[in-house]
Amino acid sequence: MSTALVTDLTIFVLALLVGIEVIGKVPATLHTPLMSAANSIHGIVLVGALLIGATAHTAVGYILAFVAAFFAAANVVGGYVVTGRMLKMFRRKAPVQAAEPKVPVGAGAEHQSREVGR
Amino acid sequence: MNTFTTNMQLVYVLAAACFVVGLHLMNSPATARRGNQVSTAGMIIAVLATLVLMIHEGTVTAVGWTVLIVGTLLGSAVGLWSARTVQMTAMPQLVSMFNAVGGGAAALVAVYGYIHDESAAGGVLGSTTVFTVLDVLIGSVTFTGSLIAAGKLQGIITGSPVMIKGGRLITAALVVVGIGSAAFMLTTASLPALLLVVLASLAFGVLMVLPIGGADMPVVISLLNAFTGTAVAMAGFVINNWALIIAGALVGASGGILTKLMADAMNRSLGNIMLGGFGTGDTAIAAAVSGDVQVRTIAADDAAIQLAYASKVIIVPGYGLAAAQAQHGVAELAAVLEQRGVEVSYAIHPVAGRMPGHMNVLLAEANVPYPQLKEMDEINPEFPRADVALVIGANDVTNPAARRPGNAVSGMPILDVDQAQSIIVVKRSMGTGYAGIDNELYTNPKTSMYFADAKKAVAEMTAAVKTLVG
Repeated sequence: MSTALVTDLTIFVLALLVGIEVIGKVPATLHTPLMSAANSIHGIVLVGALLIGATAHTAVGYILAFVAAFFAAANVVGGYVVTGRMLKMFRRKAPVQAAEPKVPVGAGAEHQSREVGR
Repeated sequence: MNTFTTNMQLVYVLAAACFVVGLHLMNSPATARRGNQVSTAGMIIAVLATLVLMIHEGTVTAVGWTVLIVGTLLGSAVGLWSARTVQMTAMPQLVSMFNAVGGGAAALVAVYGYIHDESAAGGVLGSTTVFTVLDVLIGSVTFTGSLIAAGKLQGIITGSPVMIKGGRLITAALVVVGIGSAAFMLTTASLPALLLVVLASLAFGVLMVLPIGGADMPVVISLLNAFTGTAVAMAGFVINNWALIIAGALVGASGGILTKLMADAMNRSLGNIMLGGFGTGDTAIAAAVSGDVQVRTIAADDAAIQLAYASKVIIVPGYGLAAAQAQHGVAELAAVLEQRGVEVSYAIHPVAGRMPGHMNVLLAEANVPYPQLKEMDEINPEFPRADVALVIGANDVTNPAARRPGNAVSGMPILDVDQAQSIIVVKRSMGTGYAGIDNELYTNPKTSMYFADAKKAVAEMTAAVKTLVG
């Protein structure tokens, strides 16, 4: 076994353990955004697609690089955008328009922004 | 490795650190958005570093640049368009499609690497062959498996388990062909053998997901997510890139954890799910409900009285609610009740919806504040204190029969809806859920049935509450 391989394996195992530790703490409420975020992270394969394209000089190579870049880019861009879109919906308080007119106007409206409460 | 590429690896480690921090910030809805931003920043760093590396190496041909730029831009456009336009009910399909393209791209990286190295002097190294085969195998299975899963979720392919005659035999044959070719490759570098592995894996992916029923989709998506991560990590081994290895391992861990959580929430083993289960007819044993079942029905006005004069209401949403697009109506009903000082919360079973946490996203979209969304373990002790439990489109996850052995849902963790003082169930008919057995909750003396489409029922109740209390 080469040193590079041992290093790679070490990194893989440690990253797996870090992943288990970090992700185990995510509440069920956020499991869909979590999976979507994980989805965007595996879009890192775009880097792989770019690197194979860097050495391509045959028709087959170009086709493979093109398809891989297309797939990976769709994965990474779509993943991050849709995760952001979902997370924007999670609010601590109901937004203003859901309130009934019975609530005195202005009361609490300033902290009922569209942002996620913190 | 020269100094430049070593420094580049360090930049990749920085990007990977951003992914870990980003995932860590996902542990609370309040910080999750920042987490996604940190993760995005990591990705931008990784891609920019790669571009710098490519320019530095200077080996990219003009055609190479064109191919990469056009491919990336087209892919980004498709990704952006689908992310912007997707309905929240269709999230599982989209996630599945992203799994498919991610796994597919990872497999292509390995195939290209193999073609490239095979022509080079010295051929392909032993350990690289192992990772190449693993990447191609997992990536290809993920690609077709996720496409089938997305098709099932979208309704293009039937959601019920598809059993092909002799399917097991074909699957076994594919495994033999795949492993045989892989073993051959360990001693002899052979591109045709690799392509055989690709074809066998693609077919295997189809046969793996086809027999799985619609109710098991949360598990399948999680599993395919774990596969994609693993495939990407293997691609990292093939091209010796730490960013891919770390990111892939993180996703693999995430998918693995979710797979286990989902399987536990249905009290089914992964093997049981993969071999096909619910809806195949052989697990459906009639529950102990006698033939002369008496169910009480309730009108909108009476339901409104119960709800409006309750002090605590727990809403139990199921996929039926999402299918009827009733989440906004439910949120409105809840808002009206809260105006009256009723304490409203939502009891969310882990497998409510078509993917882990799906119901939370659907309700969040309908402006339900997340502190009201309660997980099963948190809400179950509160049911005895609830005046009314309003069950909308949920079935098997509320069946008290799960507490007894000997039926299709035995041992499945359920929401203790039957502990509430009074129960209102909104349902279109007395039809059974995925498990194919009667729900004993419906014959409980405390239960009233409201037979209607969820959206219509909720609108009627909201109107009745408003009329009632002015």
